[in-house]
Amino acid sequence: MTGAQETAPQSPMTQRPGAKAHTDSGAAFVPDQSRAERLTSYDVADFPVPGGREEDWRFTPVDRLAGLFQVEPTDESRLTFEVSAPQGVEIGDAKAGDPVFGSVMRPADRASAAAWAGAEKATLVTIPNEVELSESVRITITGDRGSGQRPPRVNGHLIVDVGRFAKATVVLTHKGSAECATNVELRVGDGADLTFVTVQEWDDDAIHLAQNDALVGRDAKLKHVTVTLGGEIVRVCTNVRYSGPGGYANAIGVYFADAGQHQEHRLFVDHETPSCVSNVEYKGALQGDSAHTVWIGDVLIRATAEGTSTYELNRNLILTDGARADSVPNLEIETGEIIGAGHASATGRFDDEQLFYLESRGIPQDEARRLVVRGFFADIVNRIGVPEVQEHLMGAIDAELSLSIGPASV
Amino acid sequence: MATLEIRDLHVTVDTENGVKEILRGVDLTVKAGETHAIMGPNGSGKSTLAYSIAGHPKYTVTQGTVTLDGQDVLAMKVDQRARAGIFLAMQYPIEVPGVTVSNFLRTAKTAIDGEAPKLRLWVKQMKAAMAELRMDPDFADRNVNEGFSGGEKKRHEILQMELLHPKMAILDETDSGLDVDALKIVSEGVNRVAAGGEVGVLLITHYTRILRYIKPDFVHVFIDGRIVEEGGSELADRLEDEGYDRFLKVEA
Repeated sequence: MTGAQETAPQSPMTQRPGAKAHTDSGAAFVPDQSRAERLTSYDVADFPVPGGREEDWRFTPVDRLAGLFQVEPTDESRLTFEVSAPQGVEIGDAKAGDPVFGSVMRPADRASAAAWAGAEKATLVTIPNEVELSESVRITITGDRGSGQRPPRVNGHLIVDVGRFAKATVVLTHKGSAECATNVELRVGDGADLTFVTVQEWDDDAIHLAQNDALVGRDAKLKHVTVTLGGEIVRVCTNVRYSGPGGYANAIGVYFADAGQHQEHRLFVDHETPSCVSNVEYKGALQGDSAHTVWIGDVLIRATAEGTSTYELNRNLILTDGARADSVPNLEIETGEIIGAGHASATGRFDDEQLFYLESRGIPQDEARRLVVRGFFADIVNRIGVPEVQEHLMGAIDAELSLSIGPASV
Repeated sequence: MATLEIRDLHVTVDTENGVKEILRGVDLTVKAGETHAIMGPNGSGKSTLAYSIAGHPKYTVTQGTVTLDGQDVLAMKVDQRARAGIFLAMQYPIEVPGVTVSNFLRTAKTAIDGEAPKLRLWVKQMKAAMAELRMDPDFADRNVNEGFSGGEKKRHEILQMELLHPKMAILDETDSGLDVDALKIVSEGVNRVAAGGEVGVLLITHYTRILRYIKPDFVHVFIDGRIVEEGGSELADRLEDEGYDRFLKVEA
């Protein structure tokens, strides 16, 4: 384990585990030999402005992201930040120098480092040791375009610190319009149980680049849920590490891209600690011209991570012509002493046989399609475990479907 | 009383080697209350007949007519055919992930009847029909055909037939892959439906085994895309003894 996990950085610092002699400039681009070699740094200057050929930006429309690659302050006047928390939760601020600040997060790209620099302080949600919440903590960020030429700039920094044996659900929702870069640190204490849901339900002109880093404690459980429905460009990078054996990370996601939308989800589970489990499952649907989704699932099982069990899955359902889904699972295994490691990826259209089966029972084609899509998402949605999020999501999926299929008849 | 009339039906399918004619002039009339068995060797086109009536997009009708009570079935979409009263129990029922049996059945029932069934009555009906087919109650919460055994899939098909009340039920090799116990249960279901006298049954089978439990009124021998011999249930007994060799030699 490296120092940055244990103490907050006192000054900008660069970390490159196992760094070898190569540079990360766009001009002389050399792919990483291992996911472990990817640069992390708190200093935005350490990351050249992406040109679009870099491994971690090659699917992203970087030409539209110039604003978020620069450090700019948050436009507080056009931002609403709401928090509702049940009793037992402490809501506060954290600043550089506080022990919890930066204890999990390691910015892994220029946007994250720029957001880090642009946010003066972080919102700190603390669930004290052994506190079990019966209600969820809800945080909603709403950007207001107003009459501005551009949506407001938002730099977000959220820290969720779940104490030993505590249990909590935190739902972070992004709405409205913004050029938003966010960093989320999830610290799941030993034996703790955190469900964290990040919902991207932006207006059509929003751009959002997010990095979520989680550190899962000994025998702790993390369920990380990503729901992406809106926005022009949304990219959520989720990185999971473990600080003790017996950790369990379940990262599930649902996305639905319409015409002109780019939705990108990058997962990296870094198994460095023995006897931990990770399960990554994302499902997406696409409809409309140039709807584009990207899913990258990186799993690294280091030599020290004996007894690891990992599985990752991505499925995409393309509902109309003109949409494109990229799906890249990567599995790096440095020890043979593991329980299991697997991945699966599939992208397809409606299954004609499924539709025929349903239609042959009298169900009209539109209704049959709706059933199939709802069914496609159902197994992930049902596992979110937060009823209001599930219901809202299925309603949102129905609304999306009404664009390509027509309104529900029943 | 419902009547299904098939006249001079020709059907082709697109294959890698071009268009292939599978049905070459089928004539058949099935009336409500009658049970017809269509028997024939593999590849004779029996299943094509079933799927063509149901409207599977893979098959192209090039000639002939299919009518149900005078209505042009071939002009209808797949779901319209089902709502007109045609039901196809499939040989290989399709999995629909994430859609529960109860949701599927209720959606189908609503579509067929044009209105949602009264909830309490519907649940009662569904439970009773499942019990008769010896299906575990938790079956309703499973996803359609996902992880079902061969016998469970076929019982699920018969369950749908009983609940949706079709006018014409076509059973495509419902007996294949069933052990004797499951075959009896499935046959009882078919007999219950047939006993009402309001449904015509078209039983497509390769084997005579199921005809020990379901007595057909008419037996049609299907060879190379058309019916070559017709008779009563005694014809099935003869096929059990002799097989299809007699017909295949004639054709050769």
